[in-house]
Amino acid sequence: MLRILNKIRKTSIVTEPRPTTGEAALDEISERLREGVARRFRGSLAIRAVDAGSCNGCELEIHALNNSFYDVERFGIHFVASPRHADLLLITGPATVHMETALLRTYAATPDPKLVVAVGDCAACGGEFGCSYASRGGIANVLPVDAVIKGCPPTPQALMEGLLEALEKPRR
Amino acid sequence: MNPFDWLSELLARFQDEHILVQRGSAIALAPAHLLGIDPEDWGRAAQTAAAYDCRWAGIWAEERGETLQVNAVLVRNGDHLVLRTAIPAGAPRLDSHTPYFPGADRMERHLRDLFGVDFSDHPDPRRWSRHNRWPEEAHPLRKSFAADQAPLPPQPEEDYAFIPVQGAGAYEIPVGPVHAGIIEPGHFRFLAVGETVLNLEERFGYTHKGIEKIAEGRDAFGLARLAGRVCGDTTVHHAWAACMAMERAARLAPPPRAVALRALLAERERIANHLGDIGAICNDVGFAFAQYQFSRLRELWQRDSAACFGHRLMMDAVIPGGVAADPDTPQLQRLRDGNARLRQELPGLYPILDDHPSLEDRLVTTGVLAPETARRLGVLGYMAKASGIDIDLRRDHPYAPYDHLPVATPLFSAGDVAARMKVRMEEILHSLELLDKLLDELPPGEVQRDWRAPAADSEGLGLVEGWRGEILTYVRFGSDGRVARFFPRDPSWFNWPALEQLIHGNIVPDFPVCNKSVNGSYSGQDL
Ligand code: SF4
Repeated sequence: MLRILNKIRKTSIVTEPRPTTGEAALDEISERLREGVARRFRGSLAIRAVDAGSCNGCELEIHALNNSFYDVERFGIHFVASPRHADLLLITGPATVHMETALLRTYAATPDPKLVVAVGDCAACGGEFGCSYASRGGIANVLPVDAVIKGCPPTPQALMEGLLEALEKPRR
Repeated sequence: MNPFDWLSELLARFQDEHILVQRGSAIALAPAHLLGIDPEDWGRAAQTAAAYDCRWAGIWAEERGETLQVNAVLVRNGDHLVLRTAIPAGAPRLDSHTPYFPGADRMERHLRDLFGVDFSDHPDPRRWSRHNRWPEEAHPLRKSFAADQAPLPPQPEEDYAFIPVQGAGAYEIPVGPVHAGIIEPGHFRFLAVGETVLNLEERFGYTHKGIEKIAEGRDAFGLARLAGRVCGDTTVHHAWAACMAMERAARLAPPPRAVALRALLAERERIANHLGDIGAICNDVGFAFAQYQFSRLRELWQRDSAACFGHRLMMDAVIPGGVAADPDTPQLQRLRDGNARLRQELPGLYPILDDHPSLEDRLVTTGVLAPETARRLGVLGYMAKASGIDIDLRRDHPYAPYDHLPVATPLFSAGDVAARMKVRMEEILHSLELLDKLLDELPPGEVQRDWRAPAADSEGLGLVEGWRGEILTYVRFGSDGRVARFFPRDPSWFNWPALEQLIHGNIVPDFPVCNKSVNGSYSGQDL
């Protein structure tokens, strides 16, 4: 136990206070995300992640949102186990034909009003997989999409920016 | 032991069984050997090979005019032997290998679904890669099937016959395809009594993206990009296997610096995944401390990758003829510093994982994969090494640059979740050693050779030891340097069925941690 406490003390807080990359200021995004979640979802945004046929690359980066550098829980963003608890569906993959039924059911199970965010080039337009007998070529060909986050996969920072965009958009 | 010195014994046994070997070649698919056999002997060849303790490593087919060419791979001592036969495309029928190699089950069903091959004696008549979105008689990898053929309308798939519930008190738990976590989709059907799992059936194919079909007609660079997305967590290894296959087909050797950089990328990928999964395994039994520590290390590692190779997962870094990025001196120093950071932190973290009583309580004796079962199914990578099977292509049949590197591999026999995690903990340390050596001895020179498209009909086999285990990739070129056939065989084909076995007798709440300790790729096997 002492070793654990010691390690925690030595690691201290790594959550990013200032941008370490040359990209847009992470702290500014963070602040606006916090405000966006507070304003539109009273401080608690429940996300259900749905993989509609991704290569798993996008999932790895969505996971990273929960590591201690980005730690999106501090803005009230949390990932929930059921679409019935979700305000927002975060969907990856090109919408494979085999996932279409499950995707439609998940969407139907998510209470209104709901937001749909398509994550990654695949979800945006089919990406490397395009449109084929097995792929619908993007989430928008199956469901109404509120925002798209490009990238293959998008970095955690791009994911945060994309979520922000979805929150700041006027309601559908 | 020399490569293939076992082959004469197998051929003698084939002869005893009156199995007709038509022709052989040691160069067509080098370093694998190719052996043409009669379709009538297909099943008995597998039976004989099984009796001779060969491992079964994959099957794929290709429509070529009036015939369907079918290839299956057998392995012994790290040497790969490709059996090839041809059957009429109009009425494709072959004996099944599944009765002798249970690991062949799903891949044969995949062939049945995508090519319409009728495997007699196959124990399972149910479809696999096919769901109810294309007609029963349509087979996407046949030439007559258009790549953009419209699917049937979406409807729930209710006609897949799972093993029914029997007995008092037994009940079914259907899970997925949409799971509770941030993970890939697949369906699990549990039969349970109380909390105890009596049986588990996997039902996959949800991420089927038509990869084999849309590969057709791509150029070499397009194929490398696609291969890097067969499964995103293995992007480097899959791209490497595909490029290796294409380069062998084109008789083109990438420059030494590129080869060393590929191994560097590959070992970095191994470490990144191991770090993430060790944390996740601990998290699945409620030990969040490890999750925070290891995901922190993984994040730092990914940032180093982005700074030196332009991408956090190192996608598109391996390209035909070499690699896309050549890190400069400060970048190489950053990679060295990253190694040093892990060397400094892991010795403090490992003992915590080793002695934490609640971890031990949950991970030891959980999800045991017995060595005999592991061998029977042909499992690969850390699944094999945790169940007493000492295989690693980097050492058993080393490809450049591993032929000049000391590859040490861990081996455990308990076969439980703890053993699988231990293998991965040790592999990180071994990979760090390889990385240091690769960085110290990085050859000078260029990192890419000009790609020249090979002649029509050239073929090649790529074989690399991915972080999940052996990846085997077949590529054949058609005319104009366009790809005619691409089949990447991910190790998950063999590791997934083991999950169905190792969960027996465990409690349902331990399924997530058992699953995480296997961490098969859905995308990699759904194609
Ligand atoms: S966008 Fe890229 S990383 Fe994401 S699922 Fe598609 S191929 Fe994979």
